[in-house]
Amino acid sequence: MALVSRGFGRRRSATTDDRLPPGQYDTGDQFPVLSAGPTPRTPLAEWDLVVRGEVAAPQTWTWEEFRELPRESVSVDIHCVTKWSKFDTRWEGVSVDTLLADAGVEGSYVVAFSDGGYTTNLPLDDVTGGRAWVVDTYDGQPLAPEHGGPARLLVPHLYFWKSAKWVRGLSVRPRNEPGFWETFGYHDRGDPWREQRYSGD
Amino acid sequence: MARAAVQRRLTWLRARLTDNLPASTRVRRLVFDVDGWPGHLPGQHVDVRLTAEDGYTAQRSYSIASPPEDPRLHLLVEDLPGGEVSPYLTEEMQAGDDLELRGPIGGYFVWSAAADAATPADRRRPVQLVAGGAGVSPFLAMLDHARRAGDPTPVRLLYSARTADDVLGGDLLGPGATVTLTRGAPPDWTGPTGRVDGALLQEHAFPPDARPRVFVCGPTVFVETVATTLVDLGHSPSAIRLERFGGTGDPA
Repeated sequence: MALVSRGFGRRRSATTDDRLPPGQYDTGDQFPVLSAGPTPRTPLAEWDLVVRGEVAAPQTWTWEEFRELPRESVSVDIHCVTKWSKFDTRWEGVSVDTLLADAGVEGSYVVAFSDGGYTTNLPLDDVTGGRAWVVDTYDGQPLAPEHGGPARLLVPHLYFWKSAKWVRGLSVRPRNEPGFWETFGYHDRGDPWREQRYSGD
Repeated sequence: MARAAVQRRLTWLRARLTDNLPASTRVRRLVFDVDGWPGHLPGQHVDVRLTAEDGYTAQRSYSIASPPEDPRLHLLVEDLPGGEVSPYLTEEMQAGDDLELRGPIGGYFVWSAAADAATPADRRRPVQLVAGGAGVSPFLAMLDHARRAGDPTPVRLLYSARTADDVLGGDLLGPGATVTLTRGAPPDWTGPTGRVDGALLQEHAFPPDARPRVFVCGPTVFVETVATTLVDLGHSPSAIRLERFGGTGDPA
């Protein structure tokens, strides 16, 4: 049983409680920015997206080729480990299922890697089956650099550090290997509904 | 080492408030005795959890403002109007009250003399701190730690505050610190004024040639702007580490 804080009471609306994972609050119209280093600015002419690692056929798309892939619109709630959640965020991009379709995946894990050196690890099951996208559009506009543009991973059912900004590819791995924040003590999987914030949660 | 230190399972610990002191016009210094605190590195943070009578809980993260050498944990909490947790911490909590916290959290935005000693290549590089507002909090832990440890690493701080009354840290700031005031300075003010920009960084921060390790902490927009400016000035992106404050308070 948690310690009760004398005189502390709820000050926020309880109407969205069923959509708020434990320990989270609704940040409303705000869209906070978090990143460990400076925002990279890769020109689109130099940008590509790759699928590599334990695959039969590595894949590469230029920006123009990526933009020609079948696209989906998704409207989802997102949850950041720093406690904010944001409801009904609207994105457009390409399903990871589409990106992996012709690769011949031979591993059970992926490491997403980004401009600037960021990485994050995910089980293959968490990025397939219509649960993850590489998105380039937020709220009808090109994704802003500070939010991960030109393109970021979107894995809304996990804490948002798994939705790697400035993503440049997925490396399929035979084994699970921790990514950037996972190495610094954050949870390996990061399910907000199980409040998997830190290693051991 | 930092990495080993954060791989422990983080359990909720009982923390007893010993002091709730004004730190500036809008910030209070909360001092806690924490049962079983495992120690921390300067730059790390804690999660604080409040629980209401009806079981409702709220959690927030706060940087630790005190050095590892201090047995008590200091948090600098800005009173954010309309907030749920900060008004409780700053206005309601009294000495003797308990709350729950866990940590230390984060192994990236840290600097310590011990970590430097383990990485001799880093040790020769100076440390540049750039703070906006209450974002100075983790840097006060670093500065206090450097002073107590007698560490020879050159450390500079460039610190943007609204007014002279908003400046946190007092005598910890020392000769290596430059404060710039963004919303008016008193008549006898001899330091710079205005926001942290390229010119201020060139004048008051270690130059890229010195290969400083750069830490930037503050509101979202401040951090984004300073980080971009540092890269434009020639600092290596990989040398720049960021931490953002006020997740709810600043439009992004």
